[in-house]
Amino acid sequence: MSAPATVQTIRLSICSTPRHLRVVRAAVDALCEILGFDEPSRTQVVLSVDEAITNVIRHAYHGAEDQPIEVELAALDASPGPGLRIRIRDHGRRVDPGQIQSRDLDDIRPGGLGVHIIRESMDHVEYEPAEGGGTVLTMVKRLRKAEGVT
Amino acid sequence: MSAESQDSPVRQIRRIGRATVVDVEGDIDLSRSARFQQSLLGVMDDAPERIVVNLTDVGYMDSSGVASLVKLLSRARKQGVSLRLAGLCDRVRSIFEITRLDSVFEIHATEEEALA
Repeated sequence: MSAPATVQTIRLSICSTPRHLRVVRAAVDALCEILGFDEPSRTQVVLSVDEAITNVIRHAYHGAEDQPIEVELAALDASPGPGLRIRIRDHGRRVDPGQIQSRDLDDIRPGGLGVHIIRESMDHVEYEPAEGGGTVLTMVKRLRKAEGVT
Repeated sequence: MSAESQDSPVRQIRRIGRATVVDVEGDIDLSRSARFQQSLLGVMDDAPERIVVNLTDVGYMDSSGVASLVKLLSRARKQGVSLRLAGLCDRVRSIFEITRLDSVFEIHATEEEALA
C-alpha cells in the first residue's frame, strides 16, 4: 500500500506534561496505520516518539509541565521511498548533540535507555539546535518492502 | 490479597503460596511510572520467595516503566528473591527486546507458567 496523497503533514502542540504522551502516541499510531506500517514498525515509531518527548520533559524542561513541545508528522513519498518523518521541537535547555549517546546495555541499571531505543528503532535520527533556542529532533522511518513498498 | 489505589498501575497484589503476584493494568509511561515503581518496591516488604509481575493487561510500556522493573530486579537479586514477568503482549515485549533486557528478565507466557 502506498501513502495516500491526502495524508501530508500533521502538527500537534502540547504542553510538557506526561499526561499528553498517550495523546501523541494515539495520533502517531493511527497515522502509521494509515501509511501502511506493520505492527512491529508501528510499535518502534510510537515508542521512539514517546521516548523522545519523555527526554524533552526530563532533560530540556527538568520536569516542568507547562512548557511547549511541537510535534510534526509528515508522510514522505519521495526518494528513497515512502515513510514517515517526525520532528520534535522544544524550547528548553539546549543539549549538545554530541552528548546525546546510547548507553552500554551490558550495564543493567534503570534509566538512560531512551536514546538507544530511538537509534535502534528509526532509520534516521538527527538532533539540531533550533533557531531561537531549544532543540529539534528529526526522526525518519521508511516503509519496508514487506509493508507494501514496490 | 490487597487492592491498590485507582491511579496506580498495580491493580492488586495476591499471595499464592510463597509467591506474590502483582497484577498490573493500563499503559505505563512517565505519567504513571513513579507510582508503578513505588508499588513494586513495596512488594519486597512482605519478603516473598518469588514475585510474579503479571503484565497481561498492560498494552504499552516505555523505558520509564522498564526502569521500574529493573530497579525491582536489582533489589530482588540482592535479597535472593526470584522475579518473573508474565503475560507480555507483543508491544510490551518489543521494548525488552530492543533494550536486550529480554535476556536479563525471566519472562513467561502466562502467570501459571511463572508460578510453576
